[in-house]
Amino acid sequence: MGTPRCGRCGSRLVSRDPKSISRVWAWWALGVMAYIPANVWPMLNTRTLFTVQESTIIGGAVELLLDGNVGISIIILVASVGIPIAKFVCIAFLAMSVRGGSRTSPELRMRLYEIVEYIGRWSMIDVFVVAILASLVQLNVVANIDPGSASLAFALSVIFTMLSAQAFDPRMIWDGIEAEARTHA
Amino acid sequence: MPDGTILIAGTTLDGLIACPECDALYRAAEVPPGQRAACARCHTVLISPRRHAGMAIIALALTAVVLVIGALWFPFLRIEARGLWQEATLWNVATSFVGGPLVVVSLAVTVAIVVLPLLRAMLTLYTLVPIVFDRPPRPLAGRAFRLAEAMRPWSMAEIFAIGCAVSLVKIADLAQVTLGAAFWMFAGLVVVTVAQDQLVDRWSVWRSISPN
Repeated sequence: MGTPRCGRCGSRLVSRDPKSISRVWAWWALGVMAYIPANVWPMLNTRTLFTVQESTIIGGAVELLLDGNVGISIIILVASVGIPIAKFVCIAFLAMSVRGGSRTSPELRMRLYEIVEYIGRWSMIDVFVVAILASLVQLNVVANIDPGSASLAFALSVIFTMLSAQAFDPRMIWDGIEAEARTHA
Repeated sequence: MPDGTILIAGTTLDGLIACPECDALYRAAEVPPGQRAACARCHTVLISPRRHAGMAIIALALTAVVLVIGALWFPFLRIEARGLWQEATLWNVATSFVGGPLVVVSLAVTVAIVVLPLLRAMLTLYTLVPIVFDRPPRPLAGRAFRLAEAMRPWSMAEIFAIGCAVSLVKIADLAQVTLGAAFWMFAGLVVVTVAQDQLVDRWSVWRSISPN
């Protein structure tokens, strides 16, 4: 027979997947690993008439800040540094919290999970910006922008982290309270 | 026993609804249009019927298809510097990472901003058009709708629109930048996608795909 499937939509039916947490950690580790080169390698190579410039994610944001574009620089910093790091911390926390009894309430952890799931995709902004700039700024000698290798590492990091969040089964957050209620009863 | 009805301990599963996020089980109530039923435990919206939502969703999905296809061919940004100019269409963006492993990024960008929004709109049409026009649902409607739902986080048109705005500022001092027609199409796509997600009531859709 194989795995039971939903008669309506054909999706795999499983009450609690014991491998769920392992998959969360596997994708999580890949995401963290890809995030390191994403910050070290150059994101953009800008060539103007007399200068060649390689900028990393943080370097690019700092440059924008110094140019006076505070708003945009904050968007980039939040999307490319703040969100990914917050995501790593939150997913690790959630995965650890379902193991043993967590003192944080399920309501709060559920909220956290929803935020992580919703916000993760917004990190892709920087990859899109690189793609747009690289396709647009091809003015021969005057100005030329080419994508750097960090764009690949960064895109992979975002994708891996999204997969990690999706591998997490939020129902596990609530299993704890039922077990707790049973012991108290 | 009618086909598709499951019996557990003598009760049918008809009329029961499990919260997809936290697994709490409820007896589904008849929710009047315009109101929402949410999970008492984790506040996930479970049922949210709207009057005439089907027709509106079809109209929005069609609009999304037109906008994505249109945006492919029009330039969305144009730059000018020292007499040289360059325009970029989505096609240029998709093929901007040429050579080497960066092609993967190109592929990911294309899938996220063109392929998935388009596919999602078409799957929604495939699922909903027969239902709204009172025809029997298509044979693969269930799978199509599940796929469309699974694609939701990966379809990133709205993020791309913000990316356009950021790029605009980034190169403002390098060259003179103007927004093209495709940018406004993408801005429209964002509105359409958000409106569509607000209107879709999963409970009603699933119930109409398979009544039992």
